[in-house]
Amino acid sequence: MTDTTTRALIPLPLAAARALVLVGGIATIVSAFLAWTWTSEFPGDLTITGYPGGLQWLTLIAGVLVTVFALSAYGVPGLGWLIPARNNAPLVLTAIGAFGVTWYTIISIAAELGGLANLEPGGWVAAIASLLPVIGAFALPEPHTESTKDNLKAYIAKPENIPAPAPLSPWLERAVITVATIIGLAVFTYGIDTEYGELFVGFLIVVVFAVWALHTAGLMDRFSRIVAHNRSFTLAMGFAAAIAFPFTQTDDHYANIGVNILIFGTVALGLNIVVGLAGLLDLGYVAFLGVGAYTAALVSGSEFSRFSGVHFPFWAAALAGAAASLIFGVLIGAPTLRLRGDYLAIVTLGFGEIFRIAVNNMDGESGPDITNGPNGIPSIPDLNFFGFNLGEAHDIAGFTIGRFANYYLLMVLIMALVVLVYTRAADSRIGRSWIAIREDETAATAMGINGFRVKLIAFALGAALAGLAGTVSAHVTYSVVPTPYQFAGSTPPNSAFLLAAVVLGGMGTVAGPILGAALLYLLPEKLVFLQDKSLLAFGIALILLMRFRPEGIIANRRRQLEFHETGQLDVPDTTTLSGEPAAVTKAGA
Amino acid sequence: MSTMTTETTPVLEARNVTMRFGGLTAVRSVDFTVNAGEIVGLIGPNGAGKTTFFNCLTGLYVPTEGTVSYQGTVLPPKPHLVTKAGIARTFQNIRLFANMTVLENVLVGRHTRTKEGLWSALLRGPGFKKAEKASEERAMELLEFIGLEAKRDHLARNLPYGEQRKLEIARALASEPGLLLLDEPTAGMNPQETRATEELVFAIRDKGIAVLLIEHDMRFVFNLSDRVAVLVQGEKLVEGTSEVVQADERVIAAYLGEPFEGDPGAAETAEVDAAEAGTTSTKGEAQ
Repeated sequence: MTDTTTRALIPLPLAAARALVLVGGIATIVSAFLAWTWTSEFPGDLTITGYPGGLQWLTLIAGVLVTVFALSAYGVPGLGWLIPARNNAPLVLTAIGAFGVTWYTIISIAAELGGLANLEPGGWVAAIASLLPVIGAFALPEPHTESTKDNLKAYIAKPENIPAPAPLSPWLERAVITVATIIGLAVFTYGIDTEYGELFVGFLIVVVFAVWALHTAGLMDRFSRIVAHNRSFTLAMGFAAAIAFPFTQTDDHYANIGVNILIFGTVALGLNIVVGLAGLLDLGYVAFLGVGAYTAALVSGSEFSRFSGVHFPFWAAALAGAAASLIFGVLIGAPTLRLRGDYLAIVTLGFGEIFRIAVNNMDGESGPDITNGPNGIPSIPDLNFFGFNLGEAHDIAGFTIGRFANYYLLMVLIMALVVLVYTRAADSRIGRSWIAIREDETAATAMGINGFRVKLIAFALGAALAGLAGTVSAHVTYSVVPTPYQFAGSTPPNSAFLLAAVVLGGMGTVAGPILGAALLYLLPEKLVFLQDKSLLAFGIALILLMRFRPEGIIANRRRQLEFHETGQLDVPDTTTLSGEPAAVTKAGA
Repeated sequence: MSTMTTETTPVLEARNVTMRFGGLTAVRSVDFTVNAGEIVGLIGPNGAGKTTFFNCLTGLYVPTEGTVSYQGTVLPPKPHLVTKAGIARTFQNIRLFANMTVLENVLVGRHTRTKEGLWSALLRGPGFKKAEKASEERAMELLEFIGLEAKRDHLARNLPYGEQRKLEIARALASEPGLLLLDEPTAGMNPQETRATEELVFAIRDKGIAVLLIEHDMRFVFNLSDRVAVLVQGEKLVEGTSEVVQADERVIAAYLGEPFEGDPGAAETAEVDAAEAGTTSTKGEAQ
């Protein structure tokens, strides 16, 4: 690659191109302070000169990113660490991000208020200012080939060999993780708190391009190396951040979103054991959430419950829900797990629907009177721990923790438990046999693994974890009805969304399904303005992601190599650090 | 059938094993024994039923008739129970867990010799840590034995072909077998790698593990094996030492084809030749 000529897509002198990126970045920052439109009808109030509002904040942040990366590319002392890969891709990507969010805002203003006349001069300035870094970035020289596609790809490519970093001291590594956690929490909180769809779209544009830029710059690789050194510290920080979330909220509505994301994420993590580790495609998984929820509702003491006199304490109800799901999982698993691949998927799909239809009919008329049929079991009482009623708002250290925030904190504990179960099970004899079964069932049985038994354990464990999450979800939503427990629908959780969360986030990882669940919950919640087209948009997004990143957003090392066979070197950390070229041969078997 | 040179206890005893797929009889009433500490070769032309017989031995197929016993006890026809009993195998086309590391592959092989279940994994008591450590040590010993200890953290898929073969053997050895079945261990190898495999098989035998191998590389089989059995069209044709088998006409026939039954004798051939020579010459004169 070294002897190929380099040429830019847009012919400009190198100095001019670099200057253009920097100047454009600064101009974008400045333009965010101008008035973009004359009326406050467009949400976020972009009319004030001197103070950014709504989407302008996003333009401002994107502009800052462009400027910082441009300064780093200039070799400004102290900023060199931002681009360890020494490439132009971070500049290109942040520039596109800034351009994207600014132009998206301008176009939304014009579209919603009816015409370009609604733009103030500030809006035009912003549009031009954000275009400059894009022009500048594409005027930077990159290896030139015959094909235009390859030329474009070169601009967003991540180099394969990133110079090895100087080792950081342990406390500095922890400081980096802490800062990253705080930034992560801030970004996540901002995303949940976005008040209107436009802001959420702008947020997504900035986040996607910023993360992509950090990835191509090589910072993500460095960060994951640091995380690998401090696994338990990172996990602790993650949970500290999760617990901190409700304290950053003033409105309990966002805690409601938070608790739903956690329930969804916990169930997705349970499904990840079945799909990601053991490789069993389960299309009816949401039924186990339903079993847990219905069990908890039946023993909750609700007056509409068939057993209204029975009122279990929460620990007993949680155990009962998990146990009921486990039994249900074994009952479904025992006959079906002898099937492989597609057949298993079809049968689980069927069983998932059977659960919903059965629950729908157990109303005393078409079947035994257990679940009240389509009416479900309403008025499930709130949980009460030693006099601490989760249904009421409490003041803790000056913060008001509302009803949903209480449940949110309970769910954080349950998710911590599920993460613990997942990581411990995955890294053990049983976890290895799950992966072996997924890789090659015949070889695994020839190694002495009882395939059926091991798969049944995965199935039952996944079911029990979903059931556990279901017991909380019954109390959070006050009532349980059969409708959410279907195969596919426009709102999570349903089996299709659960599977999508696992695949989209990254199969076989801990963070992947949780991130996938957060995204899949927020998208329909925030993009209500898309209405009936939201499923279409969601489908297109999923197809694009699977086309360009089949291993999911957070890639498991195994998966990544599975999907990108060429040129991927698998060299353990130690050999890379010593710079010794490891003997890597493509296996022809 | 030739006599055995040494009388020892049989590790593996297959009696009257028959395998039918519908109307096709792939293996027909084969009796077969492997004694402790023996290297036995199983050869035969393509399609002779060698791999089918292997699969019957390891429980992947349930034989239509006959029994397979290991150290005197009849094996249940379940692959995982066969491995547990003490028979490990490799596959003709390598079947490693491609996306697991070298060490993890060997650890999976330890499955039958460890018993830590889900609860123990979740609770992580001292017993769990001890067992994991012991497993890892044992796996590392095996990796050292085959010379792959430096690549423990590489993914199996990224190993060169010859090393993948070796790793598959190490994975099989991890189950602490009394008998190792190797299905074409040198397929696709160059002469050096084949020689290295030969040494490896001897080293495995020296550990007290009996070896049964299917192989097409005749030099490899005859060098290595104490005894060779020939399978032709599902039936055992000959069994004996390398010399006996190599000299057997039926074996040569099976590989190269039977001589034609109305084969003309030498005298007749000479006669025909002479006659032909005569006709051509007369033809030549006539022209």
